[in-house]
Amino acid sequence: MRRQIPLIITFFIGTLLVVSVFIPPMESLKETFTLYFDIIAVFAFFLGGGNLLRVHLTKLSRRKQDWVYSIVTVVGFAVVLVIGLLKLGNPGGITASPTAEGSLFQTLFNSILVPLGSTMYALLAFFVASASYRAFRAKNREATILLIAAFVILLGRTPFGMMLTSWIPESFSILQIPSLAVWIMNSPNLAGQRAIMIGIGLGVVSMSIRIILGIERTYLGEEK
Amino acid sequence: MKKEFLVYLGILVLAIIFYFVITEPVTFSPAVSLIIIALIALILIFIFIRTIQGSFVGRRTVFTFVAISVVLPFFMTIEQAIRTSPEVQALYAAVEELKPGAKVLVSFDYDPPSAPELQPMAETFFNLCLERDLNVIIMGLWPQGPQQAELAMQKILDEPEIAAKNLEYGVDYVNLGFQVGNEFVIQRMGDNIASMFQTDYYGTPYDSLPLVRNVRNLSNIDFSFNLSAGYPGTVEWVQVAVDRYGVNLGAGNTAVQAPQMYPYLRAGQLKGLLGGLNGAAEFEKIAGRIGKGTKFMVSQSFSHVIVIAFIIIGNAAYFLGEKRRKQKAAE
Repeated sequence: MRRQIPLIITFFIGTLLVVSVFIPPMESLKETFTLYFDIIAVFAFFLGGGNLLRVHLTKLSRRKQDWVYSIVTVVGFAVVLVIGLLKLGNPGGITASPTAEGSLFQTLFNSILVPLGSTMYALLAFFVASASYRAFRAKNREATILLIAAFVILLGRTPFGMMLTSWIPESFSILQIPSLAVWIMNSPNLAGQRAIMIGIGLGVVSMSIRIILGIERTYLGEEK
Repeated sequence: MKKEFLVYLGILVLAIIFYFVITEPVTFSPAVSLIIIALIALILIFIFIRTIQGSFVGRRTVFTFVAISVVLPFFMTIEQAIRTSPEVQALYAAVEELKPGAKVLVSFDYDPPSAPELQPMAETFFNLCLERDLNVIIMGLWPQGPQQAELAMQKILDEPEIAAKNLEYGVDYVNLGFQVGNEFVIQRMGDNIASMFQTDYYGTPYDSLPLVRNVRNLSNIDFSFNLSAGYPGTVEWVQVAVDRYGVNLGAGNTAVQAPQMYPYLRAGQLKGLLGGLNGAAEFEKIAGRIGKGTKFMVSQSFSHVIVIAFIIIGNAAYFLGEKRRKQKAAE
């Protein structure tokens, strides 16, 4: 029965929303249901926060590998939460916005989160370079085409590519690296992306039908 | 561990020393810049020759070169030939068509990690809008998006030409803040924006803000611009705001995400697209405002060349290794 009721609800709501698209008086239904989604989404924040604390506090209590980093996570979470909720160090006091200019919350965001976030993203450059050096090989014809395309895009998306091929006359400008990069993005890339999108679209439709009809039940969790 | 700690400590000490000793911006002359570039090229050629001779470099060497290629260009004076691509021109043209007083909705759907690529786009877009007396309505589907918007807007408001306009919050621009709900927020905005943003970023009631008092839903928006680093982002804006409510949409995406947007661009669902830092630099060029996008492009150009150089070196090492392996097997 614990699994039957959610399946019935899913079938009923799913069918109702599909049907509502074709019956104009029922169109407002989808607005009502999006409101329910908003309410559920707010609870996801509580669940997310609770889950984060549970995972890291367990790690800390059991002294699992890299437990020291969990201290940083838990302390960071607690500090931002307390400062944000109680509006500590806020020039406007408890009634003002936590993100008001000069507030401690905003200072933490600007001075810690922004530079740390940028640093994390910047590290990608090192990993991409290292991974390309170790793994990007012209082993066969397909890999060689991919490699050439990568070179064209890497150079074509920078002024350096323009500089390298600026000597090519304007009548042959298609051969300039930036033009080749635009062509790769607008033709082979576009075709590939469209194929992926159509595939995803068909996948979503078939998965939705499976869920509505109760064939796909993994979202209910394991059967006990 | 001890060695790594000492390296970190050394970097920290150097950073502190530089912070106090170097008070003026350091800039290399074009001649010094060229000498540095030539030296880096020579070292790369040396590494290539050593690789051919059978001595392969480790990942630390790659990291060092990437660091050099990213950091040194900040101090160099190099002329860059930036060519604006059709998608950037299209976005600029779409904004240029708007009449003064037009309502432009800008959604900040990214967080600090993507800021180096997207923040320059946001700054230039704000500058362009405010310069042309367009009304800017800011919102975010990512929690930290509106804060990024505040940083960009504050920077633009401090620029002399914009500061001279004495723009007023709530009248010329407004920040509605973050709303949870991903694409469902866009869907609800199609019918009623105030139902999603009952107050703005600072807690002011929606109807108390003169700029948005008469903006009931997406049909009152003249143009929308989305800055996106993932989900929810441009795809959701296209699928809901454009396809269902007919919004005119332009987008700025991270370089990783931009290729996915070309089908929407070609189909006309996107009026224009800025892809990565290159898109930001192109947009700055066409808007006539040199900002971070253009400045960071030198670093990006150098790092791309370094990546290409190491891919070539890596392939040389691979083919030589294969050749030697076959020779040994034959023996």
